[in-house]
Amino acid sequence: MRTILYILQKEFIQIFRNKMMLPIIFIVPIIQLVVLVYAATLEMQDIDTYIVDKDQTTTSRELINKFRGSPFFKIQESSFSMKDANDALEENRADIIINIPSGFERKLFKENQSELQLLINAINGTAAGLTNVYATFVILDFNKNIIAENINIIPLVQTKQINVSSSFWYNPELNYKIYMLPGILVILITIIGMFLTALNLVREKEMETIEQINVTPIKKYQFIIGKLLPFLIIALFELAFGLTIGKILFDIPMVGNMFLLFGFATIYLFAVLGLGLFISTASSSQQQVMFIAFFFMITFIMMSGIFTPIESMPEWAQTVNIINPFAYFMKVNRMILLKGSDFFDLKTEFISMTVYAVAALSLAVWKYRKVA
Amino acid sequence: MKLFWAFVRKEFYHIFRDKQTLLILFGLPIALIMIFGYVVSNEIKDVKIAIFDQSKDGTTQKITNKILSSGYFILDMDIDNANEIEAVFKKGKVRELVIFEPDFEHKLNKNGIANIQIIADASDANTANLVVNYTKAIIYNYLSELNINKKLPLQIKPQVRMIYNEELKSSYMFVPGTMALILMLVSAIMTSISIAREKELGTMEVLLVSPLKPFIIILGKVTPYVVLSFINTITIILLGYFVFGVPVKGSILLLIGECMLFILMALSLGILISTISKTQETAMFVSMFALLLPTILLSGFIFPIKNMPDILQWLSYIVPPRYFITIIKNIMLKGTGILFVWKETLILFGMMSFFILLSVRKFKIRLE
Repeated sequence: MRTILYILQKEFIQIFRNKMMLPIIFIVPIIQLVVLVYAATLEMQDIDTYIVDKDQTTTSRELINKFRGSPFFKIQESSFSMKDANDALEENRADIIINIPSGFERKLFKENQSELQLLINAINGTAAGLTNVYATFVILDFNKNIIAENINIIPLVQTKQINVSSSFWYNPELNYKIYMLPGILVILITIIGMFLTALNLVREKEMETIEQINVTPIKKYQFIIGKLLPFLIIALFELAFGLTIGKILFDIPMVGNMFLLFGFATIYLFAVLGLGLFISTASSSQQQVMFIAFFFMITFIMMSGIFTPIESMPEWAQTVNIINPFAYFMKVNRMILLKGSDFFDLKTEFISMTVYAVAALSLAVWKYRKVA
Repeated sequence: MKLFWAFVRKEFYHIFRDKQTLLILFGLPIALIMIFGYVVSNEIKDVKIAIFDQSKDGTTQKITNKILSSGYFILDMDIDNANEIEAVFKKGKVRELVIFEPDFEHKLNKNGIANIQIIADASDANTANLVVNYTKAIIYNYLSELNINKKLPLQIKPQVRMIYNEELKSSYMFVPGTMALILMLVSAIMTSISIAREKELGTMEVLLVSPLKPFIIILGKVTPYVVLSFINTITIILLGYFVFGVPVKGSILLLIGECMLFILMALSLGILISTISKTQETAMFVSMFALLLPTILLSGFIFPIKNMPDILQWLSYIVPPRYFITIIKNIMLKGTGILFVWKETLILFGMMSFFILLSVRKFKIRLE
């Protein structure tokens, strides 16, 4: 036990001796957290709109006013030339062109039906889809008003109606930030924990100081624990710090039991730090470790469901996710914080993660050789 | 000159000796493109829903079938008691619950109006929003089939054209984005680490006392990464074209020229980072936090810059990939020439010069 304490002491001294690492460990991730949570939004606003109104009637002007009143659209320019409009689209000055052809109003009242064109810059498919939906809603709404205003001149048609009402649980304002924050927090503590652990061991190899440790009577498991615990503590501290920031700045809900969350985080960290140690015992230079860790991190982060739901991924990707530790913590962190799920709801995740942690640590201990 | 090539050869040996890293260096672009192409898409499918049908008649059955046969949803469970709702959501599998009111069909036929309630698990706000909109669309679609024979008055029909990307392929977003990410990763991060490594191991001092000029040392260190980045660029463009159908509408020469400019810019950034960090660890964390995450999130790669708060929009002006991605999209997808991207090109060029100047001033050629 004393031996482990000494190793711990040595590690902490080494970590905090590098003056540049302190801000990197504590300040930078927090700035990242704040910046990234604000950046990761799919809420649309101020869609740049270009109007080509060749009709110039009351109806067309009212429709344009409707767009002007919508929080989603911002009318930037208007002209009578489709060529100018296309240029604006090409130069990124416009996201959508609304083209109202001449005779729009006349046709609407004469033939009971009239068309207008929406030209949307669709390089970003998702944004274009949403732009289309919002534009269609504005037009539909306007259409309803037109019908209501002219109710006395048109024949009444009896139609069936289904009212669909929707409610959003756990997050009625559809605040994307409180969903992103737990996810980004998972990434940050993993980067800090896993990279620090992995680099630490391999640096001893690269500097050849590991040979000095190898000739001491320190046991394999004592050494591994000594290399693991400091970063586990730092990562847990980081989690607590991040959650506090989240509470103060974003007012994220913390519905569930915090002990449960930190309990899971500890198991999770044992798993990923063990993985980090395993990678570093298997590599010979820091550069190697970094690149292998980079590769797995980027792949795992993207597949973890941070931006897109896992169940929409193809079957094979979901299978791969069984060995993706991010996916577990991403889910658990969000479920405990936002929905207050309890231990029984998360039984499978707890069991899987424990198995994972034991496996990763055994691998690391097994792979580490006390030879020069 | 001979000295220089000998040095470059040494660097190549360093890189090729390490088979693992090499494999990852070339595997990474392919893996990333595949992940973005096949795994991470904003399309929803197979979302698990629950149905609480209090009426259980022909119409509710028809609507349920419509919803389940759409491909977006699969039925996880039927509920027959309002008390179960909370527990269902807490388990975390079900994302949406559709509730039909009692006597649904009867009300629809007699009063001409009936109610459906949708409850969505909005802890994932984005997906919840999509899921609800899709469900509503399916129900309204069914409704318009019911009303098909009735002629509606005063209809305004929008005709929508999606310009540059008619099928709304997501590859048009992620191919340029991945290109920026990979080039940043290989050029900036690898360079900064490899120079910091010489410092940390003390071999930099050996190099400095050799007859090689500091300038040549740095140039020799970055040359292999120019070659590697270039190969990666070509790989991504080819993969994008042949696997995901991303065209190169503009001039290929211009595209390659712009890529080279970005690679050089990233390399000079990597050199700058290595001059300010003493160890590989520092270099890596600085690169990771200052380059990697902003490249993903502040460049317009995944999230449109315009939707961000003002401060972040200003911040994005100093993120180089922002300009690169704009240039690439213009050339590849819109087919525009240099006339449309000269401003961005100039900015990248300016950034590169700035980083080089700063590195030259910071680079220590003396032993400590």
